[in-house]
Amino acid sequence: MLILECPYCGVKAEETELHAGGEAHLKRFGPGSTDGEFHDYLFMRENPKGVHFERWRHANGCGKWFHAARCTMTLEVFGTYSAQTFEPPQEIRDAITAKRPGWTWRDLK
Amino acid sequence: MSTRLAKQGRLIDRNKQIEFTFNGKRMTGYAGDTLASALLANDQMMVGRSFKYHRPRGLVAAGSEEPNALMQLGSGDRYEPNQRATTTELFSGLSAKSQNHWPNLEFDVLAINNKLGRFLTAGFYYKMFMYPRAAWKHVYEPIIRASAGLGKAPDKETKDADTYEHFYFFADVVVVGGGVAGLQAAKAAAASGAKVLVLEQNAYWGGRAPVDGGTIDGEAPEAWIEKTRAELAAMDNVTLRDRCMASGVYDHGYVLGYERLTDHAPGQGGPRHRLWRIRAKQIVTATGAIERPLSFAGNDVPGVMLAASMRDYVVNWGVTPGRKVVVATNNDDAYRTALVLHEAGCDVVRILDARNNGGGDLMEEARQKGIRVECGRAIAKVSGGKRVKKVAICAQNGTGGAQEEIEADAVAMSGGWSPVVHLWSHCGGKLNWDDAQAHFRPDAARPPLGDNGKGFVVAAGSADGEMALGPVLVNASAAGSKAAEDAGFPAKTVAAAAGVDSVEAPMEAVWLMPAQADIGLRMKSWLDYQNDVKVSDVQLAAREGYESVEHTKRYTTLGMATDQGKLSNINGLAILADSLNSEIPQVGTTTFRPPYHPISMGVIGGEARGDIFQPVRKTPMYEWNDTNGADWEPVGHWRRPFAYVNKGESVHDAVNREVKNTRENLGLLDASTLGKLVVKGPDAGRFLDMMYTNMMSTLKIGKCRYGLMCSENGFLMDDGVVARIDEDTWLCHTTTGGAESIHGHMEEWLQTEWWDWKVYVANVTEQFAQIAVVGPNARKVLEKLNTAAGGGMDLSKEALPFMEWRDGKIGGYDARAYRISFSGELSYEIAVPASQGLAFWNAIMEAGKEFGVMPYGTETLHILRAEKGFIMIGDETDGTVIPQDLNLQWALSKKKEDYLGKRAHLRSHMADPDRWKLVGLETVDGSVLPDGAYALGEGINANGQKNVIGRVTSTYFSATLDRGIAMGLVKHGPDRMGEVITFPGTDGKTYEAKIVDPVFYDKDGEKQNV
Amino acid sequence: MSDPVSALNGARFDGIASVEEAGLCGMITLRGDFASAGFAAAVNSITGAALPEVGRIAEGTEGAAAWMSTDELLLMVPYAEVEARLAALNEALKGEHALAVNASDARAVFRISGDGARETLAKVAPVDLSAEAFQPGDFRRSRMAQVAGAFWLNGEGTFTVVCFRSVGEYVFKLLSASAHPQSAVGIYKA
Repeated sequence: MLILECPYCGVKAEETELHAGGEAHLKRFGPGSTDGEFHDYLFMRENPKGVHFERWRHANGCGKWFHAARCTMTLEVFGTYSAQTFEPPQEIRDAITAKRPGWTWRDLK
Repeated sequence: MSTRLAKQGRLIDRNKQIEFTFNGKRMTGYAGDTLASALLANDQMMVGRSFKYHRPRGLVAAGSEEPNALMQLGSGDRYEPNQRATTTELFSGLSAKSQNHWPNLEFDVLAINNKLGRFLTAGFYYKMFMYPRAAWKHVYEPIIRASAGLGKAPDKETKDADTYEHFYFFADVVVVGGGVAGLQAAKAAAASGAKVLVLEQNAYWGGRAPVDGGTIDGEAPEAWIEKTRAELAAMDNVTLRDRCMASGVYDHGYVLGYERLTDHAPGQGGPRHRLWRIRAKQIVTATGAIERPLSFAGNDVPGVMLAASMRDYVVNWGVTPGRKVVVATNNDDAYRTALVLHEAGCDVVRILDARNNGGGDLMEEARQKGIRVECGRAIAKVSGGKRVKKVAICAQNGTGGAQEEIEADAVAMSGGWSPVVHLWSHCGGKLNWDDAQAHFRPDAARPPLGDNGKGFVVAAGSADGEMALGPVLVNASAAGSKAAEDAGFPAKTVAAAAGVDSVEAPMEAVWLMPAQADIGLRMKSWLDYQNDVKVSDVQLAAREGYESVEHTKRYTTLGMATDQGKLSNINGLAILADSLNSEIPQVGTTTFRPPYHPISMGVIGGEARGDIFQPVRKTPMYEWNDTNGADWEPVGHWRRPFAYVNKGESVHDAVNREVKNTRENLGLLDASTLGKLVVKGPDAGRFLDMMYTNMMSTLKIGKCRYGLMCSENGFLMDDGVVARIDEDTWLCHTTTGGAESIHGHMEEWLQTEWWDWKVYVANVTEQFAQIAVVGPNARKVLEKLNTAAGGGMDLSKEALPFMEWRDGKIGGYDARAYRISFSGELSYEIAVPASQGLAFWNAIMEAGKEFGVMPYGTETLHILRAEKGFIMIGDETDGTVIPQDLNLQWALSKKKEDYLGKRAHLRSHMADPDRWKLVGLETVDGSVLPDGAYALGEGINANGQKNVIGRVTSTYFSATLDRGIAMGLVKHGPDRMGEVITFPGTDGKTYEAKIVDPVFYDKDGEKQNV
Repeated sequence: MSDPVSALNGARFDGIASVEEAGLCGMITLRGDFASAGFAAAVNSITGAALPEVGRIAEGTEGAAAWMSTDELLLMVPYAEVEARLAALNEALKGEHALAVNASDARAVFRISGDGARETLAKVAPVDLSAEAFQPGDFRRSRMAQVAGAFWLNGEGTFTVVCFRSVGEYVFKLLSASAHPQSAVGIYKA
């Protein structure tokens, strides 16, 4: 059972306090988008073996959504960070690079 | 015969005699006995029968690895099958029964399977029950079901008399195992200041060391154990728990501890078991090692026992399984058993050492005591049926010929030791094969990884593959220090206690005895005792092409019994490797999964049983509803009255009465469960315009609007009435099930997409009791309350028109009244503070007497709305339905550029004119359509099934119209008014229904607007 | 108006700890910008308390303020005064983007006291309740068995537990089962 540290309240929460929210940093496509763009936004998801970025909510806690960067293979957590960002902050990316040199995710490196 | 010795028995108290029964026979034991040791003391050699062949079986081991002695314990509400005699502490009045035999243990009809053994080989089920196909259901399955399973399941009328609980605990270092390695590791870890928890599965500390001998710091192990235990117990940062087994290690340092509180003293009160849900920074597995059996013919005859376990019985409990014992071994440890037996006055008739050069110091000692030791020799076969009678001896290097037969009543065997690597492996720790000791041991370079990417388990002592006392203590001390350091405490080296024991000669792997045993012997050489898997079965599987150890396990059932292969796995995979001409490390092990040893179902559930099995959510009017005939319906965790049933009335009668009364007089509905979300801020209007398909920002203060919510996929997810409270505040009603989820949905969009919008949401659902006052007399009763209170809110049509709301006082209560109607009648939904809810309800009931007031439940609510053609989320919608399907285009704003679901509605499938659409359905004969029935179309589909063109989404008997009414989704439905379509029911009947307008009652909506 | 009724009418259980319903407590859910001086002043004017630190409850002369989230506080005031205080709070918050609602009746409140208080709670909440980890003034939102709840510890070793009103009976029975007189774990002292 995973533990993730909520970046808002600092609680090292176990999974029963959390709610998993799928892939992070999706860009919303609304009216005006092409069928292809909208289809990809709704349905296409990364399925990496390794570095991944996810959304989680501290549901049985402060109620805030946050982001987590972790390894889907070893379950190592590289860091958690604010939900109010379009991409992982530099310190998270550095932390991943230190442990998984050469990592890629979507167009991130 | 097995018997209690005059001396020995460090764990028993001979002054405290305990009575118990086995298969109804009265027996006695001593305090400190296990059920197993007490049975042996009573010469009960045979303790059960095996699963497949129903062969007589005796005790093989003394601990949790025991495969045979599974018992049915207790009776009635405390009955439990499949309990291990070796891990059951004896208590006064214990009643045990052996399993898997009929009519009794001594004579078992199904023992005939033993004679059919050559037909019941590996994969027997798969081969035998294939043909004829029809036989499976009528012949094979019933037979298999009747003979499957070990113990009997508890009677369904009984209910576990005990309680259970969980306990959350956090530690820097958890040490699993309270043997000398565990104690040494705990001492080292605790010295650094780390918070240490030590778990010991037994009721006593020290593990095997007191039985195995040697000295620690110059003293007997027992003295050091007690001293160290006391030292640890006195430390503030150390917690010691006995009778508490770590059953599993999970991701990120999660450990489950299974504490057995009252198994040894049933009925003393309090919880029986406690599940420790532990989060550890580091875990030390000091779980010891388990001895392996030797594979020789007849190694399952009662009286054949693991050598060290036999030693345990003698030293710990003062019992011996035999007076004339043969010892067979491939290592030095078994000599300790021989010496202990000799010391206890038993006749060790022969030590058969499979090694040509024999052992070290211990062998010399045995010879000096006059015990006959033969090297390079083996057991060809043990005979005796229900107990050992004779042992045939042969050369280890051979096929089993040239036998010498000697008389004996017990056999002690040792095939070497396997570290208990289960907990190390549960979460991904890897193993290395140690050729010298012929076992897998933890690879410290590949531990299970925690959330920081670093190892979080350290193996210690013999669990790490150290087999001698001195190195065990050194290894354990280092493990404890490392764990503390890895948990973030400054490194502190603690000198390990000095352990000294005999110098041993190397062991030699022996996977089959004799090495080239012929097929006759191999067919009687057991690997898995409980599941009856023999050497010949694994060899057969290999010949039939099973190369993967995981496949072989499932094909032969090797290691799949309740002992999960603790004894059989290594021997089995060595045989498999040999059959495949491969090496053991290449074949590898099967996966180790929790629990290490079975834990009770009760403890997993913990406190969740009886009336706290699940939370039941109760409205402020719950008790009133309950005492007034509520027929409860679960709605999520809420309980809502389905109907209020009067004496002598059926539920159906009650519903019909409620429907009519609400239409004709006055009905009250407890609507407190509806979700209520306050949405406030400068951007609240803009936000709600995104959330709802229709426009909410233009709603005037004081007014209400019905709104629809779609997911980004375009599917309907919720609906409800929204009220504009003030310039920047709205109150959104959700469905009962939607209160938490829609609140979460709003927060999700606000936090993760539009985080710069200034909007706050608060869930005030439970702050209010909400009562729907419905029917032609609704206004009259409320005005009467106001009159009685000397005034209150103006509830007239002019002051509070349809689809508006007002704050004020009704009958003296602070209230907010919404003029909304889900029934088509004149209706007020009134919210009062929850603490006033019951009083307000009572006030209306009292005042309403003269107006014919009656409460009504959810079924009446459903019928009233269905008569009006109103949709219900969850009935008309199922996650695939869009507003257009329900003819709700009017609620899809065309003015808004965007809202959740808008883009999705443009996708080709959403705009497909062939989508099924909402219509009303009227049976031709007035009967009620079956819920969920499908309408038949023309022709058949690609799978040869009849085409369907629609389905029933809601169906009721309408007391108002005195006929069945329904709604459904039908292909091109709105264009087919008047057409009759057919619905086959699951009852064999076919129903015919006419497609009609879904509004069955008061089509112009005049009644709600009075 | 009739006398307001709490979820469980003051129920009580005595075991390794005492579990009692605390009756009606005045509570205001307040959301707003903690960084705004006006916000902090408004909180102080209603409770006498400063803004609580993360995961803490701040006691004031007139009430208390508990940290619920980065933009949410739970203000505690006397039940009888909650509407008046709410009105005053809204007045004080004029010009701020904030939301304040009365949540008093939406809750059930319990007190757990006695030697076994920490253990009683540690059986149902996945929270480290050791004396080192959970100290007076600490406030934690988590789950209690199957429902959401929040609790804090005062200087006298008494926990106050808040849950939704609808599950008040469940939580009372849950805590009572936890506090069974023969169920002491023997780990935490008072």
